[in-house]
Amino acid sequence: MADHISSSGESHGSVGSYVTGFVLAVILTVAAFGLVMSHAMSPSATGGAIALLAVVQIVVHLIYFLHMNGSSEQRWNVMAFAFTVLSVLVLVAGTMFIMHDTSINMMSR
Amino acid sequence: MAQNMTADAAHAHDEHHESPVVFGFWLYLMTDCIIFGTLFAVFAVLRDQFAGGPTGHEVFELSGVGIETAILLFSSITYGFGMIAAHENKVSTMRTWLGVTFLLGLGFLFMEIREFSHMIAEGNGPDRSAFLSAFFTLVGTHGLHVTCGLLWMAVLLFQTAGKTELNERMVGKLTCLSLFWHFLDIVWICVFTFVYLMGVL
Repeated sequence: MADHISSSGESHGSVGSYVTGFVLAVILTVAAFGLVMSHAMSPSATGGAIALLAVVQIVVHLIYFLHMNGSSEQRWNVMAFAFTVLSVLVLVAGTMFIMHDTSINMMSR
Repeated sequence: MAQNMTADAAHAHDEHHESPVVFGFWLYLMTDCIIFGTLFAVFAVLRDQFAGGPTGHEVFELSGVGIETAILLFSSITYGFGMIAAHENKVSTMRTWLGVTFLLGLGFLFMEIREFSHMIAEGNGPDRSAFLSAFFTLVGTHGLHVTCGLLWMAVLLFQTAGKTELNERMVGKLTCLSLFWHFLDIVWICVFTFVYLMGVL
């Protein structure tokens, strides 16, 4: 396992990498729940902070659980993923922008 | 690359994750991402439309959500240990970890169904407000995916019963399910952050 760090090794993870990912994920999750439950910051600041924690945790899961990396054999996986992220961002941000604009112009709120 | 492979002849089986099946399954997961992206967009638009009904603050129980999150996170690492055993061709170890993952998934599903039925019994079902419709659709779709993942896991447990070693095809199936399972955990990160935690702010 560990001695086989060639172009393809490691891509299915080791006990160490899973445990590392797990510990990082637990820390990030507990931080998000703690921030909300403790009311330590204003609601808007808390919202921004937990959104950031979620993004970091997604990256942790992608690297340690889904074994994404920059190797050449993963190029198409990563490209498909990047395109999907772009699509989802356009979808979510575009929807929120248009619906917000509509409701303001319709004076529905 | 070719020299590398001859040098590592003993590890030739490590190359199977490049199989077109796993890449094809990855592409399916990307389309699933779009489905969840759409449902999150719907929820983002409707999250303030309470129609005089309860707000997230009144219907969400964070302690239950915390336990659900912990269960899914544990099931991710137990499946990971199962995959390590699968790559080492330790069938019974792999089946044990898969069984543990299955039970954790079942526990998650049980908690989610209990939460849903509790809300519906109090009159806060999906028909109460646009906010609750969007909530049940989004979280219910995730729960449906978990159910499918559990069925798939049960099938793989059945197929590997009594086997002493795993062929490449079976490892490919296990790899696809591992991608699916970890992907569902990623979706859950977004659910507990943007639905539950932001709902009680």
